[in-house]
Amino acid sequence: MDRVACFFRCGLIKFTQIKSGPMKSKNPPEEPAHEDNFLESSRRDFLKHSGLLTAIVFTPSPIVKAAQSGLDEKIADLYEKVPVSLEVNGVKHQLSIEPRVTLLDLLREQLELTGTKKGCDHGQCGACTVHVEGHRVNSCLTLGVMVSGKKITTIEGLAKGDQLHPMQEAFIKHDGFQCGYCTPGQIMSAVACIREGHANSEQEIREYMSGNICRCGAYPNIVNAIQEVKEGGQPV
Amino acid sequence: MRQFQYSRPATPQAVIDAINKPGTKIIAGGTNLVDLMKRGVTAPGKLIDINQLPLKNIAPVKGGLHIGALALNSVVSENKLVVEQQPLLSMALKAGASPQLRNMATVGGNILQRTRCAYFYDTTMPCNKREPGSGCGAIGGYNRMHAIFGASDKCIAVHPSDMCVALAALDATVIVQGKKGTRRIPFADFHRLPGDQPELDNNLAAGELILGVDIPDNNFAKNSYYLKIRDRQSYAFALVSVAAALELDGNIIKNARLAMGGVAHKPWRLTDAEKSLIGKTISIENFQNAAQIAMQGAKAYGSNDFKLKLAPATITEALKHASGLV
Repeated sequence: MDRVACFFRCGLIKFTQIKSGPMKSKNPPEEPAHEDNFLESSRRDFLKHSGLLTAIVFTPSPIVKAAQSGLDEKIADLYEKVPVSLEVNGVKHQLSIEPRVTLLDLLREQLELTGTKKGCDHGQCGACTVHVEGHRVNSCLTLGVMVSGKKITTIEGLAKGDQLHPMQEAFIKHDGFQCGYCTPGQIMSAVACIREGHANSEQEIREYMSGNICRCGAYPNIVNAIQEVKEGGQPV
Repeated sequence: MRQFQYSRPATPQAVIDAINKPGTKIIAGGTNLVDLMKRGVTAPGKLIDINQLPLKNIAPVKGGLHIGALALNSVVSENKLVVEQQPLLSMALKAGASPQLRNMATVGGNILQRTRCAYFYDTTMPCNKREPGSGCGAIGGYNRMHAIFGASDKCIAVHPSDMCVALAALDATVIVQGKKGTRRIPFADFHRLPGDQPELDNNLAAGELILGVDIPDNNFAKNSYYLKIRDRQSYAFALVSVAAALELDGNIIKNARLAMGGVAHKPWRLTDAEKSLIGKTISIENFQNAAQIAMQGAKAYGSNDFKLKLAPATITEALKHASGLV
């Protein structure tokens, strides 16, 4: 059974990699026609096919054929999907996701908002920082189902059209990054840091920005950027 | 991460009914559990999300302060009542994790968080806590973060919480609800030492749900200090931490509370050292004496030998801050 289970998981991985577009979104950019068929396919369909699957699972080529015919998608239905409604950067989305999907993966792979970065994926680096109902959190440790009904803001939601957020401007002005990978998380955290009232001194900024690691070591410039925005008094 | 089923009951009773089933775990903030699930350390078949329960309140109760199990670490640390009446708790919470994690982590989850022992996290290594009977990788291994008090030949892991060190010092009570109703567990009795069953972190019975904690009123607010020593200035687990709270009458210590973190399988209360301070004047000599008393029975395991010097120095320094000598 281990090999069967392994195949199930491989199928799921393949599924999540291929079907990265928004599912059942109110305004999806492109929705493949067969997506609806998949969502409407029942567990009974899976059970019908699973007997066949068990029989062929030890033979490599039929597995490939089964995968190609979309069987793996039906396998995903073995596990119940959960409806989730989210408002991300002012846009409402209706999704159907597996409970194990993190908010980070949901944003990046289903909503194609890849500004939020996957760094450590274990809550140790802060690259995935987003705001949930205005509060900064690590999206890598947040399950998508647990933020259903909530408002999410990502780095893509800070600018107003072509006008950058003051913190984005300040990061550019002060060279608050080198490689840029941690920058979306740094900026989301920096905005929250000021909103929380924890940007009153260099020491306080460093303490309250400690959840965002910068491997390039741009910390002094990040602190300068935050101090300028704080002292400028612009609404963040 | 393995697949799991998910449900979000609305009442404590519904949660208690649900968690009695094997393979079921509660999720609140998820900052520890999701990490453990991603690493394959645990793989529950069903998660019960308790965030619908009305357990977020922070309010005065007769003789103390009640904090609900779902109150967020960030909210508790900045709550006016907590800052004014129990500043030690606020300081300890702010010393833990990062602002993002504190915005997610709950009081109940903080109490129940698992050790950060690297051998517990690495599923290719032996660990009696993760897999009873498999051995302990830390004994004879790389044990820099590990215990110097109360360990066993089965496990030398430490409890990683800062908040719990303060709650232990402040004589908090954990309120839990199970099939048979509610019961109150003194904080000192909540967590346990590893002994022969390191897989058990605490004395919470199967199917019990933490409702919150009560902290009794005290006169420590003016002279409290939480000192955490770690590898970097912020956002790291403690090598050693000390919660110190004093009640002073001029220069005389009327009452004292001391607890250490990063040194044992549970928050390590220093009752003998506390007693040694009662009636004494505030002085570095008296603090160093208390620290020596606290270190009786300490045992290091190689990589953590430095803790035998770091711990008493941290106790002395925390007492200096709490008493106003610094």
